[in-house]
Amino acid sequence: MSTTTVSQLDKVKDGPWSGGKSPWNLEYGKIMMWFFLVSDAFTFSAFLIYYGAQKFAQPTWIDADKIFQSIPGIAEHGQPLVFVGIMTFILIMSSVTMVLAVDAGHRNQKQEVVKWMLWTILGGLCFLGCQAIEWTHLHHQGFWFGRNPATGLEGDAVAEALAPYFTKDISYTAALQFSNLFFTITGFHGFHVSVGVLLNIIILWMTMNNTFERRGTYLMVEKVGLYWHFVDLVWVFVFTFFYLI
Amino acid sequence: MSHHNENIAAAHDHHDHGGMDKKGIWKVFFILLALTALEFLIALGFVHHWGVIEKGMVLNTIYIVLTLVKAYYIVAYFMHLKFEKSGFILCCAIGFIFIVYFIILLLIEGDFLLYHLHSHPLFPSK
Repeated sequence: MSTTTVSQLDKVKDGPWSGGKSPWNLEYGKIMMWFFLVSDAFTFSAFLIYYGAQKFAQPTWIDADKIFQSIPGIAEHGQPLVFVGIMTFILIMSSVTMVLAVDAGHRNQKQEVVKWMLWTILGGLCFLGCQAIEWTHLHHQGFWFGRNPATGLEGDAVAEALAPYFTKDISYTAALQFSNLFFTITGFHGFHVSVGVLLNIIILWMTMNNTFERRGTYLMVEKVGLYWHFVDLVWVFVFTFFYLI
Repeated sequence: MSHHNENIAAAHDHHDHGGMDKKGIWKVFFILLALTALEFLIALGFVHHWGVIEKGMVLNTIYIVLTLVKAYYIVAYFMHLKFEKSGFILCCAIGFIFIVYFIILLLIEGDFLLYHLHSHPLFPSK
């Protein structure tokens, strides 16, 4: 009787959390990248939730179809969503080339990693260029941090300056809040894209220097890949809340 | 140090087994592209051009659901989370309960402000 009890106690535990191995089967840096991204997702969530709360609190809001309706160099008016559609496509595309780079890294194909990283960097730069054009366009119309096209005007001129951007009632405060939040949130996202491009360039440089080949693993490509997909993920939400709704 | 390298090698091994091949990657890409195209079809076609659907709660719900499906595909397949250990998935996902809570709180707050800031007139002091 007692011998059975003892042998049960002495049985070697071999569960994932019993020690001696990595319970999540993940490398430390990758776990930390995930935790960083979770915290970053909280920051972006807070921004977007505040945007939603403002929209709920204001009796009227800017009509996205009216404010975003130019294609730089092609059409000044009447083409809502087309330009941002191109931007969205570029970012999804560069996300795919990033996965292909990670996939090539798993197979230790250095040349392929270099090729796909180059495409990813190109996609990121194109996106940043588009965003710069969009910002410039809005800035020319009079939108910026802390101001909208009616800033400095008085009386009927205020409603007149803002009329092109509203479908229902016109509100100076709503236009101002839209302006502030648009530049803050897309700016914070654009900052993330810039950092991502920089990280991608560093990774490309390290790949070309055979750093990962000597290390025996292209895990670093995977970690930066996680960051790059996160940037794409945030854009999916920014696109919905600023341009569609 | 050697132990650390073993861990890397082990983690690396794991990904070679569970995961996606090139075909899978392009499949997810076309799903994402199709969902985005659907959003554009609704926004440009049904709402803007033909005027079949009106802007409002129903349309917003459709957009948000499509967005969440896209987010799922990016996180699960591109970021590879679907193929990690369930404990790790839970660890990353559980915090978002607070985000859901935060959304509900701030939408209630926004609604309250809309009613109470705009339904009462101002009385300038003389």
